[in-house]
Amino acid sequence: MRRNRTLLAVAAASVLLLTAACGSSSSGSKGGTSASGFKVPDIPMQKEIGPGEGQVNLVAWAGYVEDGSTDPKLDWVTEFEKETGCQVNVKVAGSSDEMVSLMRTGQYDGVSASGDATLRLIAAGDVAPVNTSLIPNYVDVFDGLKNKPWNTVNGKTYGVPHGRGANLLMWRSDVVKPAPDSWSVVWDANSPYKGKVTAYDSPIYIADAALYLMHTKPELGIKNPYALDDKQFQAAIDLLKQQKTVVGEYWSDYLKAVQAFKSGSTVVGTAWQVLANMAQKEGAPVQTTLPKEGSTGWSDTWMISSKAKHPNCMYKWMNHIISPKVNAQVAEWFGEAPANKKSCALTSDKNHCNTFHAEDEQYFSKVWFWTTPVKDCLDGRGPKCKDYAAWTQAWTQIKG
Amino acid sequence: MAETLAPVAPGGGSRSPGRSLSAFLHQRPRLRLSLLLSAPVAWLVVAYLGSLVALFLSAFWTVDTFTGALIREWNLENFRTLVTDSVYRTITLRTLGVAALVTVIDALIAFPMAFAMAKLVSPRARRFLVVAVLMPLWSSYLVKAYAWRVMLGEGGFVDSVFGTTPGYGLTAAVIVLAYLWLPYMILPIYAGLERLPDSLLEASSDLGARAGRTFRKVIFPMTMPAVIAGSIFTFSLSLGDYIAVQIVGGKTQLIGNVVYSNIGAANNLPFAAAFALVPVLIMVGYLMAVRRTGALDEL
Repeated sequence: MRRNRTLLAVAAASVLLLTAACGSSSSGSKGGTSASGFKVPDIPMQKEIGPGEGQVNLVAWAGYVEDGSTDPKLDWVTEFEKETGCQVNVKVAGSSDEMVSLMRTGQYDGVSASGDATLRLIAAGDVAPVNTSLIPNYVDVFDGLKNKPWNTVNGKTYGVPHGRGANLLMWRSDVVKPAPDSWSVVWDANSPYKGKVTAYDSPIYIADAALYLMHTKPELGIKNPYALDDKQFQAAIDLLKQQKTVVGEYWSDYLKAVQAFKSGSTVVGTAWQVLANMAQKEGAPVQTTLPKEGSTGWSDTWMISSKAKHPNCMYKWMNHIISPKVNAQVAEWFGEAPANKKSCALTSDKNHCNTFHAEDEQYFSKVWFWTTPVKDCLDGRGPKCKDYAAWTQAWTQIKG
Repeated sequence: MAETLAPVAPGGGSRSPGRSLSAFLHQRPRLRLSLLLSAPVAWLVVAYLGSLVALFLSAFWTVDTFTGALIREWNLENFRTLVTDSVYRTITLRTLGVAALVTVIDALIAFPMAFAMAKLVSPRARRFLVVAVLMPLWSSYLVKAYAWRVMLGEGGFVDSVFGTTPGYGLTAAVIVLAYLWLPYMILPIYAGLERLPDSLLEASSDLGARAGRTFRKVIFPMTMPAVIAGSIFTFSLSLGDYIAVQIVGGKTQLIGNVVYSNIGAANNLPFAAAFALVPVLIMVGYLMAVRRTGALDEL
């Protein structure tokens, strides 16, 4: 009996310790913010840039931070490291949701966030406003990318635009014939490529279904694929559930997607130009197009964490990544329109900016940039739209 | 509490501190025991049970749907979603089915293998077979899972040998999980069979039983606890796995995938915690059910 009591005492002490630890961590919770008409925490902006801190930790999309390890010719990091003494560490994220949760850990200095993540990061106080006067290259950024609802709130700029592009339709040209020009090839329940279709594994992909419905079922009255009321939302979900019967796998891991296209277990689906570049480099006959219905897309912004441990290096990085030469390199490798006006003259393919419509606002009117769905409809119909939490839940149900 | 008023050891004074400490401990068996146990018990309670308690507690919280910030208010919302939303029931049943199927496949493959190792082959061959069974455990899980992804793909090994491949999906997930956990089934059964005296098998055949009857009446009942012990490994490992499913499962989701995507993508830790309690409960139920068979003594 006595022995048991000793053990019990040890156990009780440990539990006490544990609860104490839990208690202290919970006191650090953030103030409440709400979905509709969110409050923006007041976070000070940096006033000046001091010497670099020796390193910088980034969360980025695949292909944005290349240090020569993918291909010795693709390297815009080593030069930055030499110049500034800031060692670059990068964590590649597969989806915007992953970026948001990585930034919440406070272990990263900055992120290349897309429009469906930025408002969440700003509202939660995870990112700080950016002092653009500390970033000399900012003046050369296209006006079409500055002061957008996803990177500027209440007149404060929360980041440096990196570039923009579309989610493209990609296919194996040796299998998929004729070359598709419509998204119907991935939505049709009788698609000849049943079981070999891929789709992007994220709740934001629901917008792709909504975009297709805008063209095939105009009676639903969808004006903006990120603003869906109950009926429109249900229609999109039904379409996605139907699509599931032809989908082979969903991708968020870009290496897995490239491998699937390479082996032929996937032959058609949503992808980014950078995936096509990688697959082609490995000898897979793939092609991409912007289908006639238009597409969803992204406009990315480099943001600085409000808890950045290396803010000076982060500011230097933000200036570096939109410098004319580097922005041209990234844009060409990733397959997107650069953010810097001067980059267009420096791309190795002189036609790059035309191909990706860098200055063509008409083209980008066909691209619906990722935006966080909120209760207050983005198309101004009032508070009757499904918010992102509903989108997330629905995504689990679609996958079943 | 006589021990706490420690009398000075007789003949003391000129002893080294180490020796007097050992003498001190020698006279206090309870202190000795608690010192010995403090590290493992602290580990068990703080790191192991503690993390489960933390998991259990956070399952009652929610997150702000827009910013994803934790709201530390006690409520049952997560459990209500789990119970009312049919998709989670489907996923739980699917996961249970996969775990059960993997366990059955592993038992069927492992039994003859373990029997050969324990009863049929020479000691030399036995050593070789044990190493062969253990060898896959020495290589990385990811390497094995990705190897299967390549083998199961179009034009991969399976395709070129059998002329067809199951592709990526539930079948592939079951195959890969069964492959990954097979050693955990073979080893307990082997240990159980090795302890089964040969004389019993001889007695059975002396009494006129054929091989089949000996298996049914002697070998199987006596090694059943070992099979169940193995099944605890394969079953619980399959219940929690998500990596193999992610790599070869195609569009399949199991409990582990939903938990993972709620932590990594949706950033809904409380809901992930609530769903992660489901396999814990299933395992507790399973262990209670098999306790009486003596399987736990075999572990």
